[in-house]
Amino acid sequence: MTFEQFSTGSSFLHQADPRGKLVSAGLLSLVVALAQNMRTALAGLLLSLLLTAAARLPWTKVLRRLLIVNGFNAFLLLLLPLTYGGAETARVAGFDLSLSGLWLAVLITIKSNAVILIFISLLATSTVAKLGQGLQGLRLSPRLCLLLLFSYRYLGLIHEEYLRLHRAAGLRSFQPKTNLHTYKTYAHLLGMVIVRSWNRAARVQQAMILRGFDGTFRSLDTAILHRSDVILTAGLSFAALALTVLELAR
Amino acid sequence: MTVDSTPPLVQLQQISFAYPGRRQILEQADVTLDYRQRIGLIGPNGSGKTTLLHLLMGLINPTGGKVLFKGREVSSKEDWRELRRSIGLVFQDADDQLFSPTVLEDVAFGPLNLGLSQEEALDKSRQTLDNLGLTRLTDRITHQLSGGEKKLVSLATVLSMQPEAMLLDEPTNNLDGTIRARLISILKGLKIGYMIISHDWDFLAETCDELYTLRDGKALRSGTECLHCHPHAHSGGGLPHEHPQQQ
Repeated sequence: MTFEQFSTGSSFLHQADPRGKLVSAGLLSLVVALAQNMRTALAGLLLSLLLTAAARLPWTKVLRRLLIVNGFNAFLLLLLPLTYGGAETARVAGFDLSLSGLWLAVLITIKSNAVILIFISLLATSTVAKLGQGLQGLRLSPRLCLLLLFSYRYLGLIHEEYLRLHRAAGLRSFQPKTNLHTYKTYAHLLGMVIVRSWNRAARVQQAMILRGFDGTFRSLDTAILHRSDVILTAGLSFAALALTVLELAR
Repeated sequence: MTVDSTPPLVQLQQISFAYPGRRQILEQADVTLDYRQRIGLIGPNGSGKTTLLHLLMGLINPTGGKVLFKGREVSSKEDWRELRRSIGLVFQDADDQLFSPTVLEDVAFGPLNLGLSQEEALDKSRQTLDNLGLTRLTDRITHQLSGGEKKLVSLATVLSMQPEAMLLDEPTNNLDGTIRARLISILKGLKIGYMIISHDWDFLAETCDELYTLRDGKALRSGTECLHCHPHAHSGGGLPHEHPQQQ
């Protein structure tokens, strides 16, 4: 399992305070996601591409990430023209294709790519730990922040435990097939992973209690917003406002 | 002749314990850990070694007997909190102990909980890492450390709270020779008492002065001079024993 592929770098987006980036990413993605207008979606995509370029991220890795969401988009591009209906249609290979459906699928594709790129360029350029601290800095529920940090910290370990169990099953000649034995084996593996995760959670809680944890997470974080962070957040918030105006303008 | 009347740091008195639906694991066992005392704890798998440490720290409640901290019975939550301020436990699996994003934050976690200011906690943490020769790990991500580094950092997370004693659960598990030697040197340099669970008898012989052996639910006390490992032609070779001097 690979995490934080984009978190290391020297661009100004990597150096920027996570709080400003979280706010900007939230605003921009909200405006882009709610856009019904192709102009707004395209402007959002252009902005997200500029941000990704500014973050100086490896394009091959970025495109590989986009491939995942565009797999779903391919389905939409295939299904919506056939199922959406509407007055305007085009006849292709004996099928009546809905132009409104096609338009909607293209709009969704552009918007989803733009949102993913906004998240990659603004959020993936910080470590999960920094994002957690940033969320705490924005006064988000401490429980949710802890949940994020602990999930990140222990997800890898839980995955390793699953792989260990899977390997152990493989070493005893287990070969997944479409049969009850396979389903039962996977159910047992999953059950065991849950049990082990539960036990680990109990041990981590004990370790925390023994070191004086009383429910309040005290942080060493004393991050100060720099002028550049304020400028970046203000600039991106202004961009979000401009996209909103573009969306509302007829 | 003067008699030292200071009560020992922590004592298990006539402690009994059984996990629900299972046989009695400890039966009226007596264990004492005094200031600056260095004790090894050995016994077969399933004999209750880890359970005993968890009882000492109040993570589980005994079915009989009592825990005394500085001569007073530990009963209320506040008593346990006080005991945990003075005694640290290093878990067997360092991944259970290290949950903060960076090493520095993890080491500062305890001092912050003890009420130290951010500056004081930072100072204390940096100083602890420095004392253990771990300064280079300060800003590392905890889950990206090697197994040996994790073990040393988990030791630092406990030492930064400046405990009066420490309990270590199989600290040499999965450690290579270099880290093991480093751990021995760190432990020998400490000015606090500790109790170590280990199956590594050479390690215990180097780091401890006394020994408890868990057997049939009881804790038997002896010195470490009888702790050795060599082939035996008799069935008692797995337990601490002495050989009569050959005349």
